Formats: sequence, C-alpha cells, structure tokens
Amino acid sequence: MDDYNDTAVITSEGLQCLIEALLNRSYQVVGPQIRDQAIVYDTLTDIDQLPQGWSDEQDGGHYRLRPRADGAYFGYAVGPHSWKRFLYPPHQSLWQANKDGDRLYFKDERPDPPRFAFLGVRACELNAIAIQDRVFMGDAYSDPDYQARREGTFIVALNCSEAGGTCFCASMACGPEVKTGFDLALTELLNEGPHRFLVESGSPAGLEVMAELPRRNTTRADLQAAWAVVENTRRSMGRTMPDTDIPALLLDNLTHPRWDDVAQRCLSCANCTMVCPTCFCSTVEDSSDLAGTTAERHRRWDSCFTADFSYLHGGSVRQSTRSRYRQWMTHKLATWVEQFGSSGCVGCGRCITWCPVGIDLTEEVRAIHDTSPKGKGEAR
Amino acid sequence: MPPPDFMMPMPVKVMQRRQELATTWTLDVETGPDELAAFTPGQFNMLYVFGVGEIPVSFSGDPAGRDRHCFTVRAVGPVSRALTELPIAASLGKRGPYGTGWPLAAAEGADLALIAGGLGLAPLRPVLYHVLRYRQRYGRITLLYGTRSPSDILFRDELDGWRRRQDLEVRVTVDHAGSEWPGQVGVVPALVPTLGFDASNTVAFLCGPEVMMRLTASALLDAGLAPAGIYLSMERNMKCALGHCGHCQFGGVFVCKDGPVLPYPRLRGLLSLQEL
Ligand SMILES: Cc1cc2nc3c(=O)[nH]c(=O)nc-3n(C[C@H](O)[C@H](O)[C@H](O)COP(=O)(O)OP(=O)(O)OC[C@H]3O[C@@H](n4cnc5c(N)ncnc54)[C@H](O)[C@@H]3O)c2cc1C
Ligand code: SF4
Ligand code: SF4
Ligand code: FES
Repeated sequence: MDDYNDTAVITSEGLQCLIEALLNRSYQVVGPQIRDQAIVYDTLTDIDQLPQGWSDEQDGGHYRLRPRADGAYFGYAVGPHSWKRFLYPPHQSLWQANKDGDRLYFKDERPDPPRFAFLGVRACELNAIAIQDRVFMGDAYSDPDYQARREGTFIVALNCSEAGGTCFCASMACGPEVKTGFDLALTELLNEGPHRFLVESGSPAGLEVMAELPRRNTTRADLQAAWAVVENTRRSMGRTMPDTDIPALLLDNLTHPRWDDVAQRCLSCANCTMVCPTCFCSTVEDSSDLAGTTAERHRRWDSCFTADFSYLHGGSVRQSTRSRYRQWMTHKLATWVEQFGSSGCVGCGRCITWCPVGIDLTEEVRAIHDTSPKGKGEAR
Repeated sequence: MPPPDFMMPMPVKVMQRRQELATTWTLDVETGPDELAAFTPGQFNMLYVFGVGEIPVSFSGDPAGRDRHCFTVRAVGPVSRALTELPIAASLGKRGPYGTGWPLAAAEGADLALIAGGLGLAPLRPVLYHVLRYRQRYGRITLLYGTRSPSDILFRDELDGWRRRQDLEVRVTVDHAGSEWPGQVGVVPALVPTLGFDASNTVAFLCGPEVMMRLTASALLDAGLAPAGIYLSMERNMKCALGHCGHCQFGGVFVCKDGPVLPYPRLRGLLSLQEL
C-alpha cells in the first residue's frame, strides 16, 4: 500500500466541501449536469448542479432521463460527453501566420491550458484517458497542449453504481471498478446506513484534499457496501463483447459479408466517433483575413466516416460506407492493439446509444464471430 | 518556456525555382536552423503556403548538401499549385523532417534496384546522389523509371548523365509514345523480369503510384526477391505528420511515422485490399 492511500466516509456536505477545496486550489471543477435532456459534463461550483435524483435509460439509438426516488447524485451511466472534450478540445487555435511583404511570422495561438478538476470519472473513462495519453504523449511527438492539460488535471473518480443499458466495460476489462489513475475515488453508498460516499485517495494531492473534508473513519460495513455496489454493477452490464481474440477475428475477416450488411444501416454520420472517449482523429482548417496579411490555423475533431478523411488527389481512398465502418471498427478493436498496445474500446457504450440507427459494435463482432468462415472463435 | 509545438511551421525562403515539366517545379528553399538541415532520403516535410494550406512533400535533393532543401512539386490542387507558383525570395512554412527513410545503410553490400514511376523519381533522387557518392559500398545498381509518356520524364538532363555512367544501369520506359520516341515502351512491372538481377542479393526501393508499386512488388517476388528486401514509399492523406491526426492510417500503419518508406512484409495483405 502506498503511503498516500487512505479511505474515509463523507456525506453530501463533504461532497460540497470537496468541490470547494478544489475551487480554492483554483481548479475549474467539471462534473455531470443536465442539459437538453441529457447528462453532460460542464463546470460547476455546487452539488445542487449535479443531476441528483436522475437516472438514464440507454439502448441502441435510445437515451432518456428518468427520475429516481433515492436521491442518488451519481445514479446514471455515461452520457454523450466524455472528458476528452476538456483534455483535447473539439476546436482549438494552433497558430497565426502574419505576412509582411516577403516575410512570414508564426505566432503560437494556443490558449493557456486551464486546470481542471474532473468530478465523477468512471472506470471506463479513466481507461479512455490512459488510452489517449498513449496517443498524444506516448511517442516521439507529444501534443504540448494535451500534455499541459493532462498534467494539470485533478481526477475525482467514481465507482459506478448503475450500469447503463449499453455498457460493457466488464468484458473489456475496463470497469466498473476504478483501480488506478485518480487522485480521489468515490463510491456512492445508498444502502446499509445513511446516504454517504466512501472516499479513497490515490495520490499525494488527493490525500491532501481529503484531509480537509469533514469525514469519519471507514468501517467494515462501508467497505462491504462499496464492494457490493461494484459487484452489482458488474453483474448488470447491458451488453457484452464476445470473449475471443477480436483483433485476429476482425483482421482475418476484412472481406466478410457482414461489412456490407452494416453498411446498409450505417448513415456514415460520424456520431459514434464524436461520442467515443478514445477516438482522437482531427483535421486542420485555415482561415485568413480579408487584407491577406494574417492567416490562422485551427484544429478540430474529425472522423474516419467523412469522405474527405482519406482524400488523396483524385479521390478518397475509402469511398464506401462499408470501408469506413470497417476502418472505424477494425481500428478501434484490432489495429489499435498493434499501434498502442491495448484495444481502443473501453466498453462505455456511447457509440451504441448515440448511433441514430442503433448499430451495436458488440453485435457486429458477434455476427462476424458466429459466421466467420474460419469457424466460431477459432480465427487464426 | 512553453513546450514546443510541433504543428508550428518555420518560415523559410525560396532560394531558387526550376521548371521540370509542364506543371512540375523544383524549389530550393532554406533549410532553417542547421540542426534541421540533415535528412535521410525518403523522408518528407510539411510545406505550408500562407493562407492556402499545408501538404507533405518529399526531399528531392542531395542529402549531403547543407545549404538548401529541394522539393519537387507537381501542381494538382490548391496547395501544390501555390507552392509551384512561389517566386524566388517568397517565404513559406516548413516543418520536418518526418518519417522513415530508405534503408541505405542496411543495403550496403547488396545490389540495388531503384524503381520509380512518374513523380516517384523525386523521392528516390536523394538515394541516387547518396549511392553514387558512396558507389563502392553497393553492388550493381539499376534504376528502372517509367512514366506515362515521354513528356512526363522528370530530371531528363540528370538521367542522361546517369545513363552515361558505367557504374549505373538506367532503364527508362513509357506507357505510351509516338514513333518519335526511340526508347522502351511498356509498363514498369512488365520490365522487371528483364532486369536480370541477382535475386538473392538485391534490395529494391519502389516509389510511384500505388498500383504500380503493388504490381512491381509482385513481379519482384515472382523473380525471387525476398519480401523483406522490397521497400515501398506509401502515400496517404496527412494533416499532422506526428502520429496524432489519424488521417494517414493504412491498416495498423501510420504512414507518417511508421512510413512513408515501409518494408513489404509490413504491407502484405493490405495492398491487395480495396479501400483500406
Ligand atoms: C509522404 C508524402 C510525400 C509526398 N511527396 C510529394 C512530392 O515530393 N511532390 C509532390 O508533388 N507531391 C508529393 N506528395 C503528394 C502531395 O502531398 C499531394 O499532391 C498534395 O497533398 C495535394 O494537395 P493539394 O492541396 O495541392 O491538392 P488536392 O488534391 O486538392 O488535395 C487536397 C488535400 O488533400 C490531401 N491530399 C491530396 N492528395 C494527397 C496525396 N497524394 N498525399 C497526401 N495528401 C494528399 C492534402 O491534405 C491536400 O491539402 C507526397 C505525399 C505524401 C503523403
Ligand atoms: S467504441 Fe463505443 S463502446 Fe468503445 S469506447 Fe468508443 S464509444 Fe465507448
Ligand atoms: S455507426 Fe451509427 S453513429 Fe457511427 S457513423 Fe454509422 S450511423 Fe453514425
Ligand atoms: S499524418 Fe497525422 S497521424 Fe499520420
């Protein structure tokens, strides 16, 4: 056990103190809130802004909020936002070029990175952040803005007390229990005693914040209740990914008829890539002023579902929806392993819920698995 | 000090420009700081034209030169056209060098087959400069170069010079030509069997349109070359060249950082698939 590991129990008052302790350290605190009938992540200063007493119903192409009676603060699964929008913003200025006669000058236009404290980061999301860390900081070139944001972030993780209808983190070994990569971790306890939170510290910074909270010591019953919460969630996953060597299965079946089948349904709308917490593709855009003396370059999220994405002079490499869906799914589940040493999917279910036609990647994998010419699960 | 932003270009000036073909120009540009002057043949830069955009372009000059970088650009769209129109003394943005180069050190002692199609001769020209400078380090060297028509032949004067050398075999072919063309007619892959190389000791560098490289690689394999002795320079859409934007993926390969020069075994199974 590291010397910064500690546990304690706090009430909702303690949760408010936690937010204040983070604000006092000049973090922008970001947490779940209701906007436009969905739970999204936004800055907050008060626990009253949390979606207390709400839950969600999720299924392929379906998301609806519904009230819950127990007053839980975190009684829902993940919504359309993920933390990537804070660490890797959807739109960002990169630089400005100024032209003065024959001369060009480049000026850094990246804004100073904010310091965030994330409240309520689920296990799948911690894994997604670790995956993006490998993308943006794991090789020769580090993305300086991502790195600065990432290094400045304080993470309050959350053990899920409710699995969503499209969740399958358990079968991706990415949840529901948070294990590492947090400063503090909460488990909301509604049973066997009053409404309370078990808090664990996972870093020296976390331990320091925890020491400021009104708290009581943990009992055996608290720990048992917390364990039961996670176990219950683990058992109620809405989806499962087939248990097989998925990279081998997909890479051996790049011409499987199922790709044609899914292409009949997929709208190539790119929703799945926008909501996915690990999808990292971006493009750049230039704008210039009318006088022709300044030009700016911006970066924005892009998607492998767009026609331009693979454009080479003369036409796009991936013209068909079939090839784009195949690119997305084989990248996510197969070639990602070769590139970054892990799957690119953490089983959060967002791409299933927010697909307008409810395409479910676990189903697509299962269909290929069950009809793979090389036999069930014995690909390769 | 803020961390370096690898997406930010460096301003450099055009020192010289030469027309090579109807729409193809070679620009000599300043290298920028000395530590960025060196490159490995096969590597590329991202070149930015003010207000227009940024594209990947390979080094086409002598790797031993330290005072300038050469880029040979064919105008096919907005950015490449704007590059070819830059006058002497104009500034452009440059970042790089990026990507893998041709395995020149590993190929020492072997025979070399340099096989180019169209503009693909430009990224191979630095290889020619290098191997001719260190000629004794390599065995037999063959350059097989194909273009669509005689008017597409790049670096004609240099090709003539190379052809006159005793220590280099140069074969130029065109897909179509009128009767005034005295040379070879035929596509590159079809000429591979006529090269007569020692398959057990030949390393091949391929650069050109993807179909030409795919068919040439098959012809080389048929002629007995080991898959690991064949290298291809791949092209994919690129926005960052850093491994971050995702655009250049070809199967699991990031062409910008794992390539553009890739050994054939890495591409096996990928090249034959449509729309990958
Ligand atoms: C590693 C590498 C080296 C290259 N070296 C050279 C070279 O030495 N000389 C040369 O003339 N060309 C080279 N190219 C091709 C050159 O980058 C494209 O011709 C250029 O991007 C076309 O851009 P455009 O705006 O002029 O035209 P458009 O066809 O309008 O292209 C629009 C955009 O699509 C993308 N794009 C289009 N075609 C390509 C392509 N073939 N490769 C990558 N991105 C593309 C670019 O982002 C471009 O801005 C190279 C490409 C790569 C990947
Ligand atoms: S692929 Fe789907 S389930 Fe997997 S991490 Fe992305 S959004 Fe979540
Ligand atoms: S799978 Fe669904 S969300 Fe993704 S592009 Fe296709 S229709 Fe859109
Ligand atoms: S060009 Fe951006 S990842 Fe390769």
